[in-house]
Amino acid sequence: MSEVELTIKGRGNEPSGVRLTATLALSGMLSGFLLSWAYQVTTPIIAANKAKALQAAVLEVVPGSSAVSYLALRAGVLVPISPDEKTTDPVIYGGYDDEGNFRGYAVRNAGAGFQDEIQLLYGYDPATKRVIGMRILASRETPGLGDKIFKSDSFVANFNDLAVEPEITVVKDGRDQPFEVDAITGATISSKAVARIINEGNAFWLGSLPPAGEEPPAPAPAAQPGAREGGRP
Amino acid sequence: MSDLVWIFVGAMLVNNFTLYYFLGLCPFFGVSGRLQVAFRLGMATTFVMVITSLSSWALTTFVLPYAPYLKLISFIVVIASTVQFVEMLIKKVSPVLFRALGIYLPLITTNCAILFLALTQTSKEYSLIQGLAFAVGAGGGFTLALVLMAGLREELELATIPAVIKGTALSMIIAGILSMAFMGFAGMFSAS
Amino acid sequence: MTPEKMYDEFTKGIWKENPVFVQVLGMCPTLAVTNSAVNAVAMGAATAFVLIGSCFLVSALRKYIPKQVRITTYIVIIATFVTIADMVLEALVPAVHKELGAFIALIVVNCIILGRQEAFAGRNPPLPAVLDAAGMSVGFFIALMCLGSTREILGSGSIFGVPLFGPSYEPWVIMVLPPGGFLVLGGILLLFNWVKQRKLARRAGASA
Repeated sequence: MSEVELTIKGRGNEPSGVRLTATLALSGMLSGFLLSWAYQVTTPIIAANKAKALQAAVLEVVPGSSAVSYLALRAGVLVPISPDEKTTDPVIYGGYDDEGNFRGYAVRNAGAGFQDEIQLLYGYDPATKRVIGMRILASRETPGLGDKIFKSDSFVANFNDLAVEPEITVVKDGRDQPFEVDAITGATISSKAVARIINEGNAFWLGSLPPAGEEPPAPAPAAQPGAREGGRP
Repeated sequence: MSDLVWIFVGAMLVNNFTLYYFLGLCPFFGVSGRLQVAFRLGMATTFVMVITSLSSWALTTFVLPYAPYLKLISFIVVIASTVQFVEMLIKKVSPVLFRALGIYLPLITTNCAILFLALTQTSKEYSLIQGLAFAVGAGGGFTLALVLMAGLREELELATIPAVIKGTALSMIIAGILSMAFMGFAGMFSAS
Repeated sequence: MTPEKMYDEFTKGIWKENPVFVQVLGMCPTLAVTNSAVNAVAMGAATAFVLIGSCFLVSALRKYIPKQVRITTYIVIIATFVTIADMVLEALVPAVHKELGAFIALIVVNCIILGRQEAFAGRNPPLPAVLDAAGMSVGFFIALMCLGSTREILGSGSIFGVPLFGPSYEPWVIMVLPPGGFLVLGGILLLFNWVKQRKLARRAGASA
C-alpha cells in the first residue's frame, strides 16, 4: 500500500487554477445531469404513490366512498382542482360513492402530539355533523402507549360516529355522550392531542363549507386514476 | 406565537437533536471533555445553524422550485462555505479557541445536525421566522447536551472506574441515561 | 493482486476495522434508524449502494482529481449517489422511506463514506477499492443488524415484525426509544472491550 501512496504523491506538480476549476465544473455538471435524469424517472412514480396513498386514506375515513375529489378553498368557495395541481390554498377532499352521491369530506390537519407532530386525516359528514372516520398519517408517539392512537382499533372506533358539537371531548371513564372520546389508558395526552387536532380542523373548516346538500359534484371518472382499487363497499 | 415557542422548545428539549435524534454525536463524544470548549463549540455550531437556516430558506424559496433534485448538493455547499467562514472568523477573533476546537471546527461541516436542520426545515415548510426559531432551539439543545456531557465527564475523571468500561462504552451509557432524563420533557406542549 | 490480498481487503472491514464497533464512526444512522430490524436492513443497503458506488468512481477517477479540490469532488460524487438512492427508495418502497425520513439524505455526512474515499479509494485502483468498500458495507450492515435486532427483540418482543414470545411478554419499550439505542450500543462496545482485554491478557500470560 505504501508503494501506491508514494507513486501518487510523486506526481504532485502543482495543477493550475484552470484545471482545478475545470474539475469542479465538470463533476458538478455530470452530477447535475445524472440527478435530473434520475429525478425525471422517479418523480412520476413517487407522485403516483403519494396520490394513491392519500386517496386510499380518504376512502377509508369516508365510509362508502369510492371516488375522491380535491377541493381548494378560494375566496370562501370550494373549487375542484386537479390532483396534480400545486396550490397554496387550503385543500379538503370530497368522498363520493359509486352513484356519484356525496358521502363526506376528508380533512387533513396536524398539531403537536406527545413527542412530535401528529398528522391525521378525518372524515366529516356535514349532513349529520359528525366525524365518520379517522386515520393517523404520521406520528412519533411512544411505542406501546401513544402509538395506540392508530394501533388500537377500539380507540380509532371512537371516531366512526362522533358528534362535533359542542366540541369533541376526551373522557377517561367511558363515553356516554355522542361528542365524547374514550382516552387510551396511559396515553391520555396523545388521545387529547388527536381530539384537539380535529377540533382545530373543524374550527377552520366548518364555517367555510357550503350548506349540506350543496357540495361540489363528483369528479369525472377519468380524473380518478386507480382510485377505485382501494374502495370499500 | 405559541407556534414559535413550540418549535423552539420542541427542537431544544422535547426532540433534542443529540439525545433524541442522535445527531452530532462525533463532537458529542469527541470534544465534550472540557466544559469551556464544549460551550464554545456549541455556540459556534448554533451560529452555523442560524446562517444555514437563513440560506436554506432562501434556497428553498428562490432556487429549489426550479431544480428540486439539487436540494442535497446545494445544502451541503452552503453548509461547507458557512463553516469555512466561521473558521476564519474564529481564527481572527480568538486563536486560543481556534486551537482548542482543532479538528472539530471543520468537522461542523459533516455534523449531521446541521444538514438535518436544513432538510427538516424544508420538509416542514417553515417560514423564515419559524426556521430561525427552529435553528436557535436546535443549537441551544445541542449546546445543552454538549455542556451536560462535558460536566459529567470532568467529574468522571476523578472517579475510579473499571478498565473494561472506560472510553466510548461509558460515554454511551451516560448518554443513554441523559436521553432518558430528556424524555421527561415529552408531552409538555400537548398536555391541556 | 493475489486472492489472499483481495480476501484481506474484504474481510478487514467486517471484523478487524469494523466501522461501528472498532472505529466508532457513523454513529448517527447507526443509532437513529435501528429501532427495528427492517429499518436496519434498508439503511444498510442504502449505505452500501452509496459507499460501493462512490468508492468505485473515486478510485477510477483518482488520477484526474487534483488533490486540492478532492474533498469537494468527493462530496459532489457522494451527494449524487445519495440523492439517487433517496429517490429510488421513495419510488420503490414508500413505507420504508417514510420510516427512515431524513436519515437517508444524512448518509451524505456519514463519516464512514468520506473516510473511506480519503483513506483508501482515493489512492488505490478500483478492484481493491470496491472490495474494501464492500467489506466496510458488510461490517456496517452487521453492526446495524446487531443493534436493530437486539432492540426490536427487547423492545417489541419481535423480529422483522414477527412476534417471538407470545402475548405474555411485556415489551421493554425503552429499548426502541432513543435511550435504548445508546444503552444497547454501550453494552455491545462493553462486550467488545471485554473480549479484547481477555485476548490481550491471555497473550500476555502465554508470553510470560
